[in-house]
Amino acid sequence: MTFLKSMIAGALAFGLAAGANVMGAAADEFIVVQSTTSTQNSGLLDEILPKFQDKTGIEVRVVAVGTGQALKNAANGDGDVLLVHAKPSEEKFIADGNGVERFDVMYNDFVIVGPKNDPAGIKGMTDAPAAMAKIASSGALFASRGDDSGTHKKEKALWKMASVNPDEASGTWYRETGSGMGATLNAAAGMGAYTMSDRATWLAFQNKADLAVLTQGDDRLFNQYGVILVNPEKHPSVKAEAGQTFIDWLTGPEGQKGIASFQVNGEQLFFPNATSSVSN
Amino acid sequence: MQDFAQSFYLAGQLLISGDPELGEVVALSLRVTASALAISALIGLPLGALLAVARFQGRTALTVLANALMGLPPVVVGLTVYMLLSNAGPLGVLQLLYTPTAMIIAQSILITPIIIALTRQVIADLNAEYSETFRSLVVPGHTAIIALLWDARFSILTVLLAGFGRAIAEVGAVMIVGGNINHVTRVMTTAIALETSRGELALALALGMVLLLIALSVNGAVSLLKGVDRSTAHA
Amino acid sequence: MPEILSFPTRTEHTPSKVPSPMPLSVRHLAFQAGHTSILKGVDLDLETDALTVLMGPNGAGKSVLLRLLHGLLAPSFGEVRWNGLPLDKSLRRQQALVFQKPVLLRRSVRANLSFALGLRPVPNRAEKLAHALATAGLEHLSKRQARVLSGGEQQRLALARALILDPKVLMLDEPTANLDPASTLFIEQAIASARRRGVKVILVTHDQHQARRLGEEVVFLHDGKITEHSDAESFFDSPKSAAARAYLSGDILV
Repeated sequence: MTFLKSMIAGALAFGLAAGANVMGAAADEFIVVQSTTSTQNSGLLDEILPKFQDKTGIEVRVVAVGTGQALKNAANGDGDVLLVHAKPSEEKFIADGNGVERFDVMYNDFVIVGPKNDPAGIKGMTDAPAAMAKIASSGALFASRGDDSGTHKKEKALWKMASVNPDEASGTWYRETGSGMGATLNAAAGMGAYTMSDRATWLAFQNKADLAVLTQGDDRLFNQYGVILVNPEKHPSVKAEAGQTFIDWLTGPEGQKGIASFQVNGEQLFFPNATSSVSN
Repeated sequence: MQDFAQSFYLAGQLLISGDPELGEVVALSLRVTASALAISALIGLPLGALLAVARFQGRTALTVLANALMGLPPVVVGLTVYMLLSNAGPLGVLQLLYTPTAMIIAQSILITPIIIALTRQVIADLNAEYSETFRSLVVPGHTAIIALLWDARFSILTVLLAGFGRAIAEVGAVMIVGGNINHVTRVMTTAIALETSRGELALALALGMVLLLIALSVNGAVSLLKGVDRSTAHA
Repeated sequence: MPEILSFPTRTEHTPSKVPSPMPLSVRHLAFQAGHTSILKGVDLDLETDALTVLMGPNGAGKSVLLRLLHGLLAPSFGEVRWNGLPLDKSLRRQQALVFQKPVLLRRSVRANLSFALGLRPVPNRAEKLAHALATAGLEHLSKRQARVLSGGEQQRLALARALILDPKVLMLDEPTANLDPASTLFIEQAIASARRRGVKVILVTHDQHQARRLGEEVVFLHDGKITEHSDAESFFDSPKSAAARAYLSGDILV
């Protein structure tokens, strides 16, 4: 019996000690950033965050979810800083009193990707709404995020410009995956569908299969990222000072330089465009 | 598909090279799940045995409830724990969201019904055999429960392994309450989800193989211990 | 002779008789399982200090009666009184029951005995344990898992466990029904030994030879009723009821 007894005792002790260890580890100064999957999946944050930590000693813990969920989490006060890409939603977030102020950080653009044989014939087009109208009329498959993320909001805006109501086609040629950009790209690759992706996630994505960029370069595909300090007056647990330090760094020269120098396969993924970190 | 071959290769490479990041993620997975299992066992074993042995009003309803809760979707558990631990929730003041402790809580909630329901079944079967003898000997209730749990220990180990398997393999709950934060709350399953969303399918599958290997090692170790225990018992 | 074996009150040379421990009185006892009437109004008084054999054909209700006497079953009607008191836990603590198929814990032989000892505040545990192992002839098997013993060894252990708490009443439900002759002899000797110490014994059996060897008085059950209650000698020599006569002569009773 002794083996079994000691094993059970050991497992219990191990479990409890592990629990205690883990709780003790949360003592250092850190902030939680609610962010979008594109900044994490592309590898940008892994690249620049260590530089920030080296300088300030503040650890940045990134929760990477869709913009919709990030906004919701931050509105609950679960996070100190919000780094997302859906400007109208961000402005509403501040208007609701959840955030202090919004700063531009960087931009890139969205691209419309699809199978190389291009059944809808949109290759080379630079008018994104027109290309999407063409996909709709051809009945070719289109994979949508369908998750209320920044990318999804942008996609819906483009359908509107194209005067197409894709909801009517939901389940036929319009496939809503209800998941992140990566999962949606995986689905598009599997189904041979068109989809819209931010360029950063697309370039860093490793399972392109038969997909290729077919439409790009439309100003309306512009993708602006903003950063917001969660309102400490509404959410007292917010680490306002450390959060602001991060925002200042990200929109300041060092952060901007870090963003500019981040490349995947020799291509720059994000373009810094912070105007000033001083509030106006 | 070449992904499979590549995954085997990558999995081997990860294990042989002793990748420190992988080690960290594996260690956290084990710590979180072992803690959750310890908590669930402390709650679930006595409760399950009590459901098997005691006669009281609502016992059947509780049994049905425990059985039904075995099918709890991890995402629902994660969401519930998130809403409790969120700064906007009732337990926000504890500041546990996005910590391993939150993940332990979520996994405990997820597997406690499994421990309760399976323990109840195991103990009820054994009690059917023992109960007349125990009544004849006038064995007090708590002594009977302890004796039943001890005598059913090999079956109980299998029950605990079922809980362990469910906890170590789930992703939905720990993703929501842990946030998959690198070096803080990233475990095997959330790492797999992340690599999948990066399109790194071969790496994701390789991590899955490592996870399977861990589960195999744990199960193997337990059955080895069972063997040792049995052989000493016969000596 | 080692100290352990020289129990003054336990050796067969100096049996210390306890006076007839618990007179039993059963009134109008009936038991139904579903719509089937198994016992149909039993009256029984066992006042004598004797080994009582419950006999009768299969399905007569012997085992059910034994369980009712021990309180493992609740009667549908009527009552069981020991010493004039209704059955409760403290009475049951002074009784022991050995089942036809021994139910042993999934532990070692020794642990099965020490489990029983642990249930009551018993002095001299170690000595009691050693004595019980020796009497049951299981010393060399004390660390063996109880479940891997032979059928005879298992029943010896079950009987040793029943006796280790010094019951005043020992009930046995066909304890040797599945055993080989040697094991049967061992069990019968242990029962006789307990009897000599003054333990009241109620034995259910349908083995006439065993009943003749051990029985001091016989209660004959047929179809849920007691048809005969007499001392063993007169029962076997001149059974009064037709059912008992037929049973003893080997007819099949239903």
